[in-house]
Amino acid sequence: MLRVRNLVARYGDFQALFGVDFDAAKGQIVALIGANGAGKSTFLRSIAGLMPSKGGEIRFQNEDIGALAADEVVRRGVSMVPEGRRLFRSLTVEENLRAGAFAGRAGRWRLETVFALFPVLRERRANPATALSGGQQQMVAIGRALMSNPDLLLCDELSLGLSPAVVKDIYAVLPKIRDEGVSIVVVEQDIDMALKAADEIYCFMHGRVTLRGAPRDLGREAISAAYFGLEDR
Amino acid sequence: MIEWLDTIIQGVLLGGLYALFAIGLSITYGVMRVVNIGHGDFLVLAAYLALWPVMQMQLNPFLAILPVAALMFCLGYSLQRILLNRTIGPNPLAPLLATFGLSIILRNGLQQVFHSDSRSFQIGALGTDSIAVGGGIAIGLFPLIVFATAIALTVLVSLLFTHTRIGIALRATSDDAETAGLMGIRARHTYGIALAISFALIAVGGVFAGIRTTFTPESGPAALLYAFEAVVIGGMGSLWGTFAGAVILGVAQTLGAKIAIGIGILAGHLVFLAVLFFKPTGLFARTL
Repeated sequence: MLRVRNLVARYGDFQALFGVDFDAAKGQIVALIGANGAGKSTFLRSIAGLMPSKGGEIRFQNEDIGALAADEVVRRGVSMVPEGRRLFRSLTVEENLRAGAFAGRAGRWRLETVFALFPVLRERRANPATALSGGQQQMVAIGRALMSNPDLLLCDELSLGLSPAVVKDIYAVLPKIRDEGVSIVVVEQDIDMALKAADEIYCFMHGRVTLRGAPRDLGREAISAAYFGLEDR
Repeated sequence: MIEWLDTIIQGVLLGGLYALFAIGLSITYGVMRVVNIGHGDFLVLAAYLALWPVMQMQLNPFLAILPVAALMFCLGYSLQRILLNRTIGPNPLAPLLATFGLSIILRNGLQQVFHSDSRSFQIGALGTDSIAVGGGIAIGLFPLIVFATAIALTVLVSLLFTHTRIGIALRATSDDAETAGLMGIRARHTYGIALAISFALIAVGGVFAGIRTTFTPESGPAALLYAFEAVVIGGMGSLWGTFAGAVILGVAQTLGAKIAIGIGILAGHLVFLAVLFFKPTGLFARTL
């Protein structure tokens, strides 16, 4: 479904990604783990069309999307929950969700199905989105991304700034979304959460993939080594 | 006492005209965070565009607003898509310089074609009729029409922003253009719509200004200044704040002129400076 080869990304003179290869299959939840600055978010932003790649190839459903801007990428079926949620502060909960539907893709996700997934949002639909609790705001951000009826959902740091109980609730929703036919790539700093939720793990360090595999096949030591670079010592 | 009340009423009505100048500027600032330096000159262009149907086809100036507003809408959209979108980015000077350049080109172009003769639109008795409201106070019918139009258009634009799909796109883009892009909202189109609405509104303001007083190719900077002052007094990017700012400016000008002929405009500037000094975010600051 998503096939990335030799992806390079830069912020000016600073190279953030060094030839990353990545694959996500239909119906998979893939987690990207790694320390701060490892390149996970840059990788996600490159796929979503938020930053131009400086080399390599991004193919989604056999189409090269590497040169497309974000508003075109979402029309191809790749939607993103950005880091920090980035809800529209002058819009209500319902308007935020409606804003998510601008890509005009047909499918099962509409206001009612998002409210069925997150019932609390139905009660808060007329509230300013930024007046909600952090967990509820994250629900709006996920719901908003689903409103474009994506085939692939990119989630950047879902657990950022949320309590463990809320994070657990948010992660409980991901399999339901996956079961509706949406593949998910999630950036996560909490390794335990990532291991529990994901079908496959990619570990990033210094802009490179240092480890990949199914959580059950990966030992703790291998993950620590890939995460912290212990093999260099 | 009655005289002062009358002066304030005249000021409020004058504020209606300034609101028509200013709401378009408020929209472009609110959505794009860009001040269109050519705003006043495009307002004058709209007035000159209305000259042709009024002079050649003897069309009523009020009716001439419709085709001119439609034309200005298209011009605003095209200008944003073709030229101004290229200037929007991290450097806030680029759109300022581009619109400043446009204003110079436009003013000199109008000077070449229409020369410096002052023009105005005639609306017959409607221009001088007034309604007596008692106590020796009379309200001019035309200023009342201008004020009512300003309220109606502000309501209409507010509804457009709060109750339509394009309104959601405009507000989302204003909040966070990058994230709006993730939703499939095309900022370049949304910005085009914002300038188009702004230009359609200044078409109304331009023709009304041409009925109320005279205009020349040099009238643009004053219109820009009043619009800018109203927007700053009210609070950048707030529609009703801008409306209130325009009314405050109008009242300040008429009260100033009442105190001493010749200081009316100055009084408006002083209120503007006072707001900048004591409350730089404007009196009613909020986003669109």
